[in-house]
Amino acid sequence: MNTNITSAGPPAEGGNTFLVSLGRLAVSIFIPLAAFAVLWAGFIFLRDSNAPQTIIALVAIIWGVGGVALLFWVTDYVVNRMPVVVAKKIQPFVFVGPAIAILAWYLFIPTMRSLYLSFFGPQSTNFVGLRNYIYAFTDSRMLEAFRNNLLWIILGTGGAVGFGLIIALLADRAKGEKFFKSLIFMPMAISFVGAGVIWRFIYAYKPLGEAQIGILNAIVTLFGGEPQAWFTIRGLNNVFLIVILVWLQTGYAMVIISAALKGVPSAIIEAGRIDGASELRVIRSIIIPFIAGTLVTVSTTIIILSLKIFDIVFTMTNGNYGTEVIASMQYKQMFRFYDYGRGSAIAIVLVIAVIPVMWYNLRQFSKREGF
Amino acid sequence: MKRMMLSLVIIMLLASPVFAGGAQEAAEEESNVVRVFGAFVDEEARRFEEAIKPFEERTGIDVIYEGSSEFETLISVRVEGGNPPDIAALPQPGLMKNFASKGVLVPMWSSLEDAVDSNYASVWKSLGSFEGTPYGVFHRVNAKSFVWYPKKAWDAAGYEVPTTWAELEALMDQMVADGVKPWAVGIESGGATGWAGTDWIEDIMLRTVGPDVYDQWVNNEIPFNDPAVKDAFEILGDIWLNPAYVYGGANTILTTSFGDAPSPMFSDPPKAMMHRQGNFITGFFPDDIQANLEEEVGVFPLPSINPEFGIPVLGGGDQFVVFNDTPAVRQFMEFLATWESGELWARSGGALFPYKNQDLSAYPNEIERSLAEALVNAKVFRFDASDLMPGQVGAGTFWSGVVDWLTGKNLDSVLSDIQKSWP
Repeated sequence: MNTNITSAGPPAEGGNTFLVSLGRLAVSIFIPLAAFAVLWAGFIFLRDSNAPQTIIALVAIIWGVGGVALLFWVTDYVVNRMPVVVAKKIQPFVFVGPAIAILAWYLFIPTMRSLYLSFFGPQSTNFVGLRNYIYAFTDSRMLEAFRNNLLWIILGTGGAVGFGLIIALLADRAKGEKFFKSLIFMPMAISFVGAGVIWRFIYAYKPLGEAQIGILNAIVTLFGGEPQAWFTIRGLNNVFLIVILVWLQTGYAMVIISAALKGVPSAIIEAGRIDGASELRVIRSIIIPFIAGTLVTVSTTIIILSLKIFDIVFTMTNGNYGTEVIASMQYKQMFRFYDYGRGSAIAIVLVIAVIPVMWYNLRQFSKREGF
Repeated sequence: MKRMMLSLVIIMLLASPVFAGGAQEAAEEESNVVRVFGAFVDEEARRFEEAIKPFEERTGIDVIYEGSSEFETLISVRVEGGNPPDIAALPQPGLMKNFASKGVLVPMWSSLEDAVDSNYASVWKSLGSFEGTPYGVFHRVNAKSFVWYPKKAWDAAGYEVPTTWAELEALMDQMVADGVKPWAVGIESGGATGWAGTDWIEDIMLRTVGPDVYDQWVNNEIPFNDPAVKDAFEILGDIWLNPAYVYGGANTILTTSFGDAPSPMFSDPPKAMMHRQGNFITGFFPDDIQANLEEEVGVFPLPSINPEFGIPVLGGGDQFVVFNDTPAVRQFMEFLATWESGELWARSGGALFPYKNQDLSAYPNEIERSLAEALVNAKVFRFDASDLMPGQVGAGTFWSGVVDWLTGKNLDSVLSDIQKSWP
């Protein structure tokens, strides 16, 4: 292998150009392939090895990370040995290629496979046409999920962005801005499942006469009320769940909006005030239009999050009492009922629902960059 | 950069011979290793490993057990990915049927089948069979048709164990008159909320219409909104939907986790007197109760309703199925089919075994002994129906149907919704 490289490399200036470029081409194909084969064999070997699992895992990490680096280095080396014109053309692909390959392998191919599976039955053996999609759009539980997701989008996004905006505006004028902002931002550090556990305690229910360990019911009983099983109150229970998302996401909205607020030129605001505009008028007519782009970006990000919402519902109610959402239905069909067809169909519906929002979001991003 | 690359390559090269050596050695031993994958973890996994130690010492075969609480998801992924364990312990017969229909399971060979025939009641073999071919061997099982009560308070109040449903109802009214709630119930169980309710329905079905109709129900040969099923819901509703009979009423049933549910029985004085649950519930009792189980707790089988069917037992269990046919795997499976494989675990407690020829004196206390006795002597044993029904129903609409019914949804529409969801 080594001799091959040296013999193909240096005599570039003289000799038979055709042979040289042929040799180069062969080398540039052979070396990466050889490196890849070695890495692949390594993984197969690791998989079949019987060493302790921790050591296998450690070596797999080194092998994987080192392997990717090695592959990059080898390809880069080969490309650099090519004629400059060719190298320039190939170079970008060496950098972007792995990212695209990984994206294709982990995102594009699975999505296509889900699309394919969504036309088949539970075991993915018999073709059922559009039956899974008909289920997705007619089943009463699914319709309930669509309704609830809409509720999540409207109330969740509205709440998070609304509160984020108000807090950002207020903090901008307050003394301990940093302190209050970090306080609001803190829940961002908590995972959705963790938030679920915390809020379970807030909503906890014990029968009348027992110590209420849930703070909400403790307050209710303190004022002489009857303790409520909050999750079982149909309709309202969705709102109780959405509050958690708002609690988690307000900090995110606030930070981004706050940064945008700092970008509003104070000269314009001053001018408005001198013209006699009230504070509310300044906010409505100057600040909001100025940060509209940011508001849209934040909103679309949280809309996508609300569309995909799963963890909170799964940990709190598991979709019972009329709180089902699309993603929890997908999980149930896939992993509890082993109906790969329906699960895939719901996944595809979700992807299709997210795409327009994402596309709009990306367009806003690129627009703002131009701005 | 280049130097870093070089050192990485060197590390990788240096590391490989270490593995080569290890792998070769392991390959030689591989024929002596049996890998078992199951759903039970922690303490239960430890007791299983202890129970099979005599086998390992006798044969030199190394049985490696791996448990996961995400078992049901992972086993499908592993089988689909072409990387199944040698043996898996499947908690749900539906999973066995699914794998058997795909042809990935090794059917019982004749010597194993003989062992199963002579050591188990025939119901266990048919539970482990798909389309007439036997696959699964049962080991530890559970039985659910039991009612637990706080013994001291019970004796002090002078209550007697009921043997018929009428006696049970009279006892419930007596308890209400004494100012204590008869039942402590809780069906919350995270992603599986509702299963404890379906167990009640199944127990009542077995007692009102018997095993034959029960089997038809499981296979959807009678619809879910059949009067037989509705009747069972109504009998349960007489208890559950009457706030005088259940501690805390319907909201407490819905929001109390099944493990916390028995706790009102152990307050002083008890807030509730009875709790219906499987043998495993003792593990959820408060520590001081567990320490004195025999003195603190009494148990009796849920009384019969129609005397024709006696006292049926509802239960479940993990069945061991084979994916890779090797001599070591065969030896281990044949061991699992004998009482010897359960004896040590029975001695350490917390487990019941179905073997016909088991030694009941091995169980550590009177409670477990009486449970095992009820299990072995039951004329009718049936597997948990929700585990036998297709997942869409058994782990889906049946569970959520019980929840919907408890939150006040009309029973007829709950039942016809479940029927509609049958795939």
